[in-house]
Amino acid sequence: MYIYIDGKKISANDGETILAVANRNNIYIPTLCHHEALDDVGACRVCMVEITHKDWGGWTNLVTACLYPVEEGLVISTSSDAVRRSRGTTLDLLMARCPTSDVIRWMAEENGEISVRYEQVDDGSKCIMCSLCVRACEKMGCNAIGTVGRGHDKKIAPPFFENPENCIGCGACAAICPTGHIEMKDTRTTREIWEKKFDFVACEVCGEPVMTEEYRDYAIANRDLPADYYTTCSACKKKKLASHFDKVGS
Amino acid sequence: MGIANLKKLEARRSALHKAHENVKTQVRVCSGTGCAALGAFEVYDALVEESKKAGLPVQVELAPCGKDKDPIFVSLTGCQGFCQIGPLVHILPEDILYTGVKVSSVKDIVGKTLADGQVIDKLLYKNPEDKKRLKGRADIPFYKGQELVALEGCGSVAADSLDSYIASGGFSSLAKALKMDPDQVIAEVEKSGLRGRGGGGFPTGRKWRSCVNATGDERFVICNGDEGDPGAFMDCCIMEGDPYRVIEGMIICAHAVGSSTGFIYVRHEYPRAVERLSLAVKTCEENGLLGTKILGSDLNFDISVARGGGAFVCGESTALMRSIEGSVGEPRAKYVRSVQRGFRDKPTVLNNVETFACVPSIINEGSDWFASRGTEKSSGTKAFCLVGKVVNTGLIEVPMGTKLRDVVFGIGGGIIDGRPFKAVQTGGPSGGCLGENYLDLPVDFDALAEAGSMMGSGGMIVMDDRTCMVDVAKYFLNFLMEESCGKCVPCREGVYQLHALLDKLSRGEGEPQDLEKIQRLGKEIQVSSLCGLGKSAPNPVLSTLKNFREEYEAHVNDKRCPAGVCRDITTFTIDPDKCTGCLVCKKACPPDAISGEKKQVHVIDQDKCTQCGACRLVCKFDAVVTS
Repeated sequence: MYIYIDGKKISANDGETILAVANRNNIYIPTLCHHEALDDVGACRVCMVEITHKDWGGWTNLVTACLYPVEEGLVISTSSDAVRRSRGTTLDLLMARCPTSDVIRWMAEENGEISVRYEQVDDGSKCIMCSLCVRACEKMGCNAIGTVGRGHDKKIAPPFFENPENCIGCGACAAICPTGHIEMKDTRTTREIWEKKFDFVACEVCGEPVMTEEYRDYAIANRDLPADYYTTCSACKKKKLASHFDKVGS
Repeated sequence: MGIANLKKLEARRSALHKAHENVKTQVRVCSGTGCAALGAFEVYDALVEESKKAGLPVQVELAPCGKDKDPIFVSLTGCQGFCQIGPLVHILPEDILYTGVKVSSVKDIVGKTLADGQVIDKLLYKNPEDKKRLKGRADIPFYKGQELVALEGCGSVAADSLDSYIASGGFSSLAKALKMDPDQVIAEVEKSGLRGRGGGGFPTGRKWRSCVNATGDERFVICNGDEGDPGAFMDCCIMEGDPYRVIEGMIICAHAVGSSTGFIYVRHEYPRAVERLSLAVKTCEENGLLGTKILGSDLNFDISVARGGGAFVCGESTALMRSIEGSVGEPRAKYVRSVQRGFRDKPTVLNNVETFACVPSIINEGSDWFASRGTEKSSGTKAFCLVGKVVNTGLIEVPMGTKLRDVVFGIGGGIIDGRPFKAVQTGGPSGGCLGENYLDLPVDFDALAEAGSMMGSGGMIVMDDRTCMVDVAKYFLNFLMEESCGKCVPCREGVYQLHALLDKLSRGEGEPQDLEKIQRLGKEIQVSSLCGLGKSAPNPVLSTLKNFREEYEAHVNDKRCPAGVCRDITTFTIDPDKCTGCLVCKKACPPDAISGEKKQVHVIDQDKCTQCGACRLVCKFDAVVTS
C-alpha cells in the first residue's frame, strides 16, 4: 500500500504504524515513550501527527504515530499547525513538570517558540512518566518496578517503595530513561540503583566490572549463553574474538 | 427446580401466577441505598413481624399460600425513585405511597392500613406547593411525566427473587430471542435505535454487528457497572433492584453475537450490587438460565461478577478490560476498536448496565415500540439521577427529548427554598453546565453535545444562585485530576494546570490573560489526550467559561465572587435592615464570629470570620450578604 507523509508518497506494509514507516524512511517524528524493543503505549503524546484521507470529506484527526496503523491512501502531516500546537502544549506541560530536564527543553525549542508558561512543579524530578523503564524491566522478566498511584501524583517505584527484591541491577531502566531521571551510581566494584547495592563480577582477564552478581545468577538461570559471557567483560570478549579472527586469517 | 426449556419456563411462570393470583395486597418496601440508609430493612422486618403478630396472612415468598385467605405479600424492592423522602412503602393495588416510614410507624400501617384498609394521612407525601397530602404515585408530580423502561422492574419486583422476576414476565424476552436468528436479534436492536447509555451514545446494534463481523475464535460480553460519576446512581439502582433484567439483556446479547463468556464489572463501593448480582448469577446457574444449553437451546453462556477497585478511569472501556485481565486499569488508544480487539485481544461487546436493561423490553415489545419513544436520533427513555439544589431528589426515567425545564421544575419540583435556578450540570464530572437559556433544551445525546455538555451516564446536578461556577469547575477538575490514570501527559499535567489556574482565580489572583490560557489549554487537552476521560476533562471549565463568562470575569477583574463562595475574595456582612436579631446565625457560626443580642442587629467580626457561609445558609431573612 501507499501512504503520504508530508506530501511524499511512501510504500508501507499492512500492520505497520505510521511511526515505523516514517522511521524507515528517515522522516523525523519526535518521541519520548517509544522504543523499538518495547510495545508502544502512546503515553507521551509528542509523536502526534495529523491524518486525513481523500475519502474522509475533509475530516482530519490528531493521532499518535507510534500506535496508529497505516491504511491505504492515508495522508499524514508531521508538522501541521495543529500538530505543532498539540506537541507544543504537551512539551510546555512537561517543562513545567520537569523544569530541569534539558531533553524536554531542547525538544520544545525545536518544536517552535515556547508559548505558554505554566506553574512549575519544583520537586527536582525529571521523570515524565513515559513508563519506558517499567516496560524494559518487564521485558527483562524482572518486574522490579512499576507505576504507583494515579493522576498527577503517579510515581515509578519498586513495590511499597522498598528496596526491590526482584531487581538484578541490570541497569536497563537507567539506560532507557529518556530524561536521565533514574540514578545509577557505579564504582569499579559496586552498583547502586533503586537504593539497592550490588557487587560486580570482576572480569577474569582485566578485572573490570562485567555485570552484577545478581544479573549473572539470573542470566544463568534464565538465558542460554556461553559460559564466558558471565566471566569476561565486553572489551576482553572483543579482544578474544579479534585474536580468534587473527588465527583464522593466518 | 431447573428451567431446562421454554416449556418449563412458562410452566414456572403460570405456577407463580397461580400462587399469586389471590394475593390481596402487595406491600413493597424500597431497599434502595437511600431508603436502606434510613432504615428500610428494619422497617421491612418490623412489617413482617407486626403483621404476623396481628394475625394477618403475610407472605414473604411467592409460593402457593394454602388455606390463607386474602394473603398479603411483603417484598423488598429496588429503588422506587423518590429518595428524598424515604424510606418508602408502596401498597398495591390501592396505590398508597407511605413516605419517611420509621419502625415506629409500622404498627399503624399494619393495624390501620393492612388490617382495616384505612389510609394514614400523616405518612402520605405532602405537596410543598399547597401542603395537600397526595395518596399515591399516580397523584405525585415527581412520578408524573416519567416513563419506566430500564427501571421498569426496579421498585416493583423483589430484588433478590428469581421467581418474582419470572412472575413479572422475566426471561420471556430471552425465550423470544432464542427462537430468533442472532441476526434478527441484532436487526431488532439496530432498528430500535438504542444508543449506549453509558455516555458515548454509540448505536448498540451497530456495536453488536461489528463484533459479529470481527474475526476471532472467541467473543466476550461485558457489562459496565463501574458507574463513578459523582451524583449518579442509576446503574447502582438497576443492579441492586433488578439484577435479573441485566443478566437477561446480557444473555440476549451473547446469543446475538455468539459469545459464551460474560463479565459484569462492578465497583466495590457498591457492595449490595455485588451481593445481589452474585446471588442472581448463582440462582440463574442453578436454574439452568446460565451455563450450558440455556432454555434448551444451543446457547452456552457464563457470567462472572468482577469487582473493580473504585478507580473512576476503570469505567473507560479499555481500562475496564485491562482491569478484568488483572493489569493496571489504564486505557489504551482505540485506533483498533474493542469490538475487534478488546478483552484478551478478542472481539468484545461492552455495554453499560442501563443499555443491557433496555434490551429485554426492546425484544419483547418490539423495536418500533422503543423507537416510538424519545427523539428521532435518540430513541427510548433515559434514567437520570436528579440531585443538587432541587426539591425532589431521586432516580427518574423520562423519554429522550424531555425538556430540562420539565425535569427540573416538573419532576424535580423546582429549586429548594424557591431560590433562582442557575444551572444544571449533566454528564458527570466531564459534562458541562447549562444555564437558564438552555432550560428548554430537549435532553438527548445530540442536543446536549451541541450545547457543550454531554449525556454522560445520566447524572443531573441542579444548582441555585448561590453556586459559584468557577468553584464548580474547580471541584470537577479536582475530581478528574485525582482520577486521571496519569498515563498520558495532556490529561495528567494539563488537568493539573487547569486546576491550578482555576485555583488562582478563586484566590483572587487571576490575571486577564488567564482566561485565554484556560481556553487554549482546555482545547489542546481535548484533542491531545489518549482516552475519553482526558478528552472530556476540560468540559466543566470550558462550558462554564462559555455560559458564565461574566462570572469568571468578576473573579479576574473585580476580584469578586458573585455567588459568595470563593472564600478568599468574599466578605460576609449582615444587612442591618433585614436582620431581626433571631440569634440563629450566631448559634450556627463555627468560629463564634457573630455578636449581638436577641432582637438586636448582629455583627460579623471579620477577623474571626472564616467565610464558611454557615450564617447565610441558616438565615431565613436573607440578611447575610456577600461582597
